[in-house]
Amino acid sequence: MSEAQVTRAGERNQRPGREASPGEQGGRRRGGTRERSMVPRAEFGSYYGRPIIKEPTWSARDIAGYLFLGGLAGASSVMAAGAQLTGRPALARAGKVGGLTAIGLSTGLLIHDLGRPERFYNMLRVFKPTSPMSMGSWILAMYGPAAGLAAVTDVTGWFPRTGRAATGWAALTGPAVASYTAVLISDTAVPAWHGAYRELPFLFAGSATAAAGGLGLLAAPTGQTGPARAAAVLGAATELTVNAKMRRALGRTAEVYRSGRPARLSRVAQVLTVGGAVTAALAGRRHRAVAAASGLALLAGSACTRFAVFEAGRASAADPVYTVAAQRGAGGGRPGSDVP
Amino acid sequence: MGRITGELHDVAGDAGHRDHPPRMGFFTDTSVCIGCKACEVACKEWNMVPEDGLTFTGMSYDNTQGLGADTWRHVAFIEQRRPIGEQDPGLEYDGVDVLGLAGERADLRWLMASDVCKHCTHAACLDVCPTGSLFRTEFGTVVVQEDICNGCGYCVPACPYGVIDQREEDGRVWKCTLCYDRISDGQEPACAKACPTDSIQYGPLDELRERAAERVEQLHDAGVADARLYGHDPDDGVGGDGAFFLLLDEPETYGLPPDPFVTTRDLPSMWRHGAVAALTLVGGIAAAFAVGDRIGGRR
Repeated sequence: MSEAQVTRAGERNQRPGREASPGEQGGRRRGGTRERSMVPRAEFGSYYGRPIIKEPTWSARDIAGYLFLGGLAGASSVMAAGAQLTGRPALARAGKVGGLTAIGLSTGLLIHDLGRPERFYNMLRVFKPTSPMSMGSWILAMYGPAAGLAAVTDVTGWFPRTGRAATGWAALTGPAVASYTAVLISDTAVPAWHGAYRELPFLFAGSATAAAGGLGLLAAPTGQTGPARAAAVLGAATELTVNAKMRRALGRTAEVYRSGRPARLSRVAQVLTVGGAVTAALAGRRHRAVAAASGLALLAGSACTRFAVFEAGRASAADPVYTVAAQRGAGGGRPGSDVP
Repeated sequence: MGRITGELHDVAGDAGHRDHPPRMGFFTDTSVCIGCKACEVACKEWNMVPEDGLTFTGMSYDNTQGLGADTWRHVAFIEQRRPIGEQDPGLEYDGVDVLGLAGERADLRWLMASDVCKHCTHAACLDVCPTGSLFRTEFGTVVVQEDICNGCGYCVPACPYGVIDQREEDGRVWKCTLCYDRISDGQEPACAKACPTDSIQYGPLDELRERAAERVEQLHDAGVADARLYGHDPDDGVGGDGAFFLLLDEPETYGLPPDPFVTTRDLPSMWRHGAVAALTLVGGIAAAFAVGDRIGGRR
């Protein structure tokens, strides 16, 4: 509490300094209107062009890499369960081993990105539905061991019944691993992420499906990859459709996808994904090498999609105009107070 | 878990505190700020905040630039070619317009504003923190527990005001604590204590809101039509700020978001979209197997 012994109304004949009127002591008063000044302004003001929100501190390699690998792992586990049920052992093994590898790398990247990696276990200190990262940690804790068990039992042939249960559990939790990351990045003030919260989960689901299809095409013989080819086409089509929808929804913020690194990444992603899916559909059945190449292209395309989204988020945070435009309801995007 | 959006009268109670003191906060009246930066210095001294870089921006008298891990009070400085109200900038001598001679118009005003963590009613940083390191104090303020933070960085892009940030050499995130140690001992925060013009006022939030309403009226009467409160409304996107402001221009001029909101308010919808997308993924791959049986891939 301030120690100045003045009442809120001020002492008699004297007002505290904090109630000073600008210009009061200046002597000459101008005729002064009480209207707001009519100085013409730029479309949106800013504080010397400095960003309003902070850019994520996350490294692109770690976190965009995780967005890709987590999606690959989750969708691969679903693919593995389907392959196991329909008697495609090589496709199943590709999904299981791929799932374990991807989620193992993911965990490494996530821990590496922490400012205090040795405190990674604090992620399981609370169970907090308002924090997508907390929920994600629990989802990973449920999925990871099952993915590991599914892969190990498949490769060694030990405990087949446990292996089947683990495969099923990984297939149940895998889709959550693939889509929650979209919720995670959407629940931030980053205009290109939050403005696309309705589309990002579907973009990620499509991208993950295409990646899992790509992994199947890369690792399994052509005789077993029918579903992988179909998944590649389906995933790629979903990704393209949702991507276009997302850019419409973003309004002015979609600009960030049209220049610089996000633009390059999303162009490359599109070429690789469409190229991979078309090649897989046309020639993936007959030529193993062509199938493998299309699989690689699909995997790389999915990775580029996630890096493009990540970089677009960074770019939209760095320029205050996107924060202001979205909140002023001008220049597209969803206005800041559209929910009562 | 408390409410995630909308008006909330008892934030500390909502967070589980019983018999807690009234909600405390800051009212920063920028119309009397003289830009001395005593608040920046006092904050750093008291909280032992490390150096935040000796940079020269060249953009204005502001070389601090913005809030961050090592800057918990930041004084913005803006120079504008417009009058402040009925004020005369005092640049005419014997009818000679000094700036006019230099080819400039005589209207001039300096805006100075000391920015700080807003201690939101619905704080995004606190909502998204996965470790429980960020917490709501009995005073209704938001504080980081440095012994728990693992530096995941989620709060950094979550904050709609760009306040909290990661300290690079340390790895953890840091921000204003509203001098949790001082106020627990009945003292006012260091910045408010040091402020020579009472631009930074500390007290129970209800009282500050009343005082601010009177002040803005007083300024309107004095011809300062641009004066407006910012962050005072318990009905805004963050449920009102624990630290609110009186500004003399649009918020974005000061580097503040014009209509900030806590993104957690959309979280139920986000989880629904995420869940439907997960089901779509399963449905898509199931369909791929149905199709795959026909286009090849023997059993």
